[in-house]
Amino acid sequence: MVDERAASFAKRSIKTTMKGAGLRLAVSMVDLTTLEGKDTPEKVRALCRKAVCPHEGGQIEPALPHVAAVCVYPSMVRTAKAAVAGSGVKVASVATAFPSGQYPLDGRLADVRQVVADGADEVDMVINRGAFLAGRYDEVAQEIREVKKACGPAHLKIILETGELETYDHIRRASDLAIEAAAVDGDLADGEVFIKTSTGKVSPAATMPVTLIMLEAIRDHYLATGVRIGMKPAGGIRTAKSALHYLMMVSETLDEHWLSPHLFRFGASSLVNDLVRQALKLSTGTYAAGYDTSVS
Amino acid sequence: MTRTTEQSGKWEYAPAPESAPIEIADRYGLFIGGEFCDPSSGQWRSSISPANEQVLSDVAEAGADDVNKAIAAARDALPGWAGLSGRERGKYLFRIARRIQERARELAILETMDGGKPIKESRDVDIPLVAHHFFYYAGWADKLEYAFCGRTASPVGVCAQIIPWNFPLLMAAWKIAPALACGNTVVLKPAETTPLTALRLADILQEVGLPPGVVNIVPGGPEAGAALAGSDAIDKLAFTGSTEVGKRLAQIAAKRGIPLTLELGGKSPNILFDDAPIDQAVEGIISGIYFNQGHVCCAGSRVLVQEGIAEEVVSKLEWRMKSLRVGDPLDKNTDIGAINSAEQLARIKHFLEVGPQEGAVLHQVAGDSELPDRGFWCRPCFFTGVQPSHVIAREEIFGPVLAVMTFRTPKEAVERANNTKYGLAAGIWTDKGAKIFNIATKLKAGVVWCNTYNKFDPGSPFGGFKESGFGREGGMQGLRAYVRL
Repeated sequence: MVDERAASFAKRSIKTTMKGAGLRLAVSMVDLTTLEGKDTPEKVRALCRKAVCPHEGGQIEPALPHVAAVCVYPSMVRTAKAAVAGSGVKVASVATAFPSGQYPLDGRLADVRQVVADGADEVDMVINRGAFLAGRYDEVAQEIREVKKACGPAHLKIILETGELETYDHIRRASDLAIEAAAVDGDLADGEVFIKTSTGKVSPAATMPVTLIMLEAIRDHYLATGVRIGMKPAGGIRTAKSALHYLMMVSETLDEHWLSPHLFRFGASSLVNDLVRQALKLSTGTYAAGYDTSVS
Repeated sequence: MTRTTEQSGKWEYAPAPESAPIEIADRYGLFIGGEFCDPSSGQWRSSISPANEQVLSDVAEAGADDVNKAIAAARDALPGWAGLSGRERGKYLFRIARRIQERARELAILETMDGGKPIKESRDVDIPLVAHHFFYYAGWADKLEYAFCGRTASPVGVCAQIIPWNFPLLMAAWKIAPALACGNTVVLKPAETTPLTALRLADILQEVGLPPGVVNIVPGGPEAGAALAGSDAIDKLAFTGSTEVGKRLAQIAAKRGIPLTLELGGKSPNILFDDAPIDQAVEGIISGIYFNQGHVCCAGSRVLVQEGIAEEVVSKLEWRMKSLRVGDPLDKNTDIGAINSAEQLARIKHFLEVGPQEGAVLHQVAGDSELPDRGFWCRPCFFTGVQPSHVIAREEIFGPVLAVMTFRTPKEAVERANNTKYGLAAGIWTDKGAKIFNIATKLKAGVVWCNTYNKFDPGSPFGGFKESGFGREGGMQGLRAYVRL
């Protein structure tokens, strides 16, 4: 039934005004990401400009909003922070020995403290999948608690790496575990903690059924406590059409509060350009060529 | 340049009506002997769209003379059709199936306009299944000796088939495909509120060159039905519809000694154990009762939920129902369309009044879509606090109305599930495989779905226990009703 329900969102028909609003909303939710060994400061600055201003040229009226955040490796946090200063775009950094998490806890926590000190607004951590799959749930939870503490004021996104957890049962259990662990020190503010599907380094990354299961965990936590946890599918969402299907799923599984970058993000790199292309099509009536949008 | 973040807020659906235009003639005659003809009764009946009450077309109303003419045409066609080799009959059925696929969109739109069901269901469920049924029985046509090993299967003869309004074309396919595969000829009476797709099928039968008289279609009301069922010249009677009419037909068939298959009502239990995957089970409840506005004979209209999870299930059900969209059936985003007729709406409303009078609590989750001014509408709803003695727990409502009850032990679940005059279908939700097999064998129901609901396949037999009828349709078993051995 999970697969069936997830497939039903992709059959929804999203047209005209709804499509326009959806595209703008999706742009505003993107965590524009570059996570490669070959990243350079210049590439990060290009990414940041794209984040602040997804489309230059004024053909789209009103202008598209800025994206939610840029997401970079720890070494690029300062560069990114300077490049987006004053724009409202947040800087998110992966940490905790991303993407594997296969390092001693002390090192992973130091990682977190460093990026927060460098100015990261948001920390994307990975859970200890080895411990989770071995059934050492307390250990996983304890590590999440410590990372949360190390984050201080920075918001935390907890990557489950669902491609490695494989089964829906595991994904639901990991979602519940992550939410409970992060919430242990008193009440969370809405959006202070996100759960996130993937690092983008493992295939499959985000899928609709997996995201649906995580949204259901978020819904159940909300109904039980009134606290709104955020959701971030990451990896594999490349087209505007698929982004709109995700938004449809959020809207029908949770409610309109989650239709906001405060509570929902797309972890993506090429998605923004397709959103721009579709927005251009709505405003100009013709499709832009690939070279009409800038690389990022 | 400063840019603002988009404000959060409701994301409104834009209308997304199915746009392919289809042609509907002002008038449709009877289909007898391969030709459309005017009724000798001189009577015509308007078929309306239940979504806006507008007249779609005037359809001939068969009288007794017309019915007799149709039976005679089927009788004339019988030797030729029965004399064809199975392989030749199969070719015709394959051709019908392919043509249905090619004209699927047109058929889906017409089905939705005439019957009120959401286009997403007629497009994704009804019409694909219709084609699938013809494909499936086309395959059997030349293999009957393998279905009945060591025996010779010969056709029964002229089959009278009376079908309901909830799945108009699908029920026609369920009846016509196995009958034709086995070498019978057919007189089919579609329901009076939904004759248009059956008549469009007649058009397809002409296109594929089916020999005249092999299938005859006589739209009409109870009078035509009585004339058809009561005729001395039929060899077999098949009916899908209400238990009340089914009982009358059983008397007629008993007097004549002709074989009869009945697929009647239901009050099917959907049983949720406390180890069930609850979110999936809630999806199963939704598709079990709100599919096709609840106009489904096997609808999971009684939910039996184990005590410990009852509260959670009810709150999740309410939450999930907020996103159900009721409205224009032709809109691709509509989940629940129009109630089929004013008469059926009145019947549903009666139960909505009776429920609270008996002490049950009505939960009507207000969807935010506005209902159109015209047409027949009922928002999906469910009752809690339902006792087994309540009318709403015993009678088939045939609408988007669910009764939720609780149980404590598996034994009690089985007892309550079987405590009904019906026995068409049942659902079981649990993560334990052993429990599934244990409970499924104890349920008196023709179909038991485990961790799913309302799944249909031409290869799977469908039919009832007790007052839900007898005989099976679909699968190899579905051939039995259409052969003499």
